Amino acid sequence: MSAALATAEPLVRLADVHTYYAKSHILDGISLHVGRGEVVGLLGRNGVGKSTTLKTIMGLVRPSSGSVQFDGREIGGSAPDRLARLGIGYVPEDRRIFRLLTVMENLRTGLDRRGVTENRKQALLAKVFEYFPVLGERRGQAGGTLSGGEQQMLAIARAMMLEPKIILLDEPTEGLMPRMVSQIGAIIDVLRHDGVAVLLVEQNVPLTLASCARVYIIEKGAVRHHAASSELGANDEVIRQYLGV
Amino acid sequence: MQGLLDLILIQTVNGIVTGMILALVASGLTLIFGIMDVVNFAHGELFMLGAYLGVVVLATTGSFWLALLFATLIVALLGAALQIVTLRPLIGRDPLTTILATFGVSLVLQNYALWQFGPVARKIGEPITSHFTLFYLEYPWYRIAIAALSAGIIGSLWLFLKYGRYGIWIRATIQDRVMAQAMGIPVPWVYTAVFAIGAGMAAASGVLFGPLVGVNHAMGLDWILKAFIVVVVGGMGNLGGSILASIFVSLMEAYASIWVSPAQAVIASFVVLILTLLFRPTGLFVPTPK
Repeated sequence: MSAALATAEPLVRLADVHTYYAKSHILDGISLHVGRGEVVGLLGRNGVGKSTTLKTIMGLVRPSSGSVQFDGREIGGSAPDRLARLGIGYVPEDRRIFRLLTVMENLRTGLDRRGVTENRKQALLAKVFEYFPVLGERRGQAGGTLSGGEQQMLAIARAMMLEPKIILLDEPTEGLMPRMVSQIGAIIDVLRHDGVAVLLVEQNVPLTLASCARVYIIEKGAVRHHAASSELGANDEVIRQYLGV
Repeated sequence: MQGLLDLILIQTVNGIVTGMILALVASGLTLIFGIMDVVNFAHGELFMLGAYLGVVVLATTGSFWLALLFATLIVALLGAALQIVTLRPLIGRDPLTTILATFGVSLVLQNYALWQFGPVARKIGEPITSHFTLFYLEYPWYRIAIAALSAGIIGSLWLFLKYGRYGIWIRATIQDRVMAQAMGIPVPWVYTAVFAIGAGMAAASGVLFGPLVGVNHAMGLDWILKAFIVVVVGGMGNLGGSILASIFVSLMEAYASIWVSPAQAVIASFVVLILTLLFRPTGLFVPTPK
């Protein structure tokens, strides 16, 4: 591993993690790390274990072996609500907006935490309404009535309410119009600017290379290739081999 | 003809009063089902236990209203303890296990009541004894007060769910428990709190209903059966639907008992249940999208 790919003090570190769904082996010894404030991509074909990697970090899937560390402590098998409070934000693939809750109530699920002052809450809301003006306009509207792109923004904004140290983004551009895709790229830049780390799972190679410093390529539940985005962008062979594009 | 009209109006009042108590029992049941998919077979026994605690507190303090308050709080705490001990370990298991667990709890509570209080029914005195004239009847104000109090309790629950911080947690958990947990909501404790709220509401209805009938160890059975009917008719987990169904079913029974005996009038509930299951299995009132 070249020096550029190492991280001094990783925020998230997975070491030789194995995960099973019933009898199928989904993660087969995956190892990766994300530094503080770093934006890292996970690329790979469908069904290679990218989403499961995020679910394992979020505590939604229990690893059968291996080590999952967050912020210096072992978190494998911790409850998701505890991990959310520790500072992991999760934006799932299907967005999972609370459809009958209004936009504001969706945001409040992450905002009504212990130790958040009223001023802090207002500041956080003001910030997301600045980034996502449409959410501000529709704050009283039920989440289920938003368009796909708006729901994606709400899912990201909702995770931001936790003031997380890292956001796990699972295919945020899936099914979105090209204009929205570039907006997702802009949001990732904002998060990086705020010092929030991002672990981005994507099928969209150009967006991933543009947004991420480093990229892992996953196949059959393990990392097959790990490179700086600049290096990978110049290497059509690897992209063709693992991603078929 | 005039006589029949009077009778229908009287039965409308009766139906609404019974319907409001039923709604109080059923909303706890449907809330518990909606959030954790648990069909609480011990709900009727929590109702019964509330009534007995009402008897005990009333005997010690002499105040019906203190009896109502304490019975509600104590049964809510008991509900929380029951949930933690018997249902929390079963989270993620086959729903059948929770049916067996709550059924077991209901048997324990029923036999405990029989052992502790004996088979003779106890009385709770009506806190309001005045009457008003409803056509040719002296109608007790207490019945009107029950309906109003039940509506008040259900209304407070609704406001809490709509605006309260923990109310939003409960609604988020009902819609998507996995995502709720990923947002930092302590879902196992939300389950416990909802079970406690449901138990407290059952107990409150037990105390309120106590003065109208005797308090005995089997009094929960009738109510749980009717509560199950309205929960299904209203749409499993649909709070508003259960409340409407409670009033609807109670009105049907009240009208039916103009022509047949009250025991036969119960058939009306089952007819509504069967028709609902045949033609609107998701419930008579607006199906709840999850």
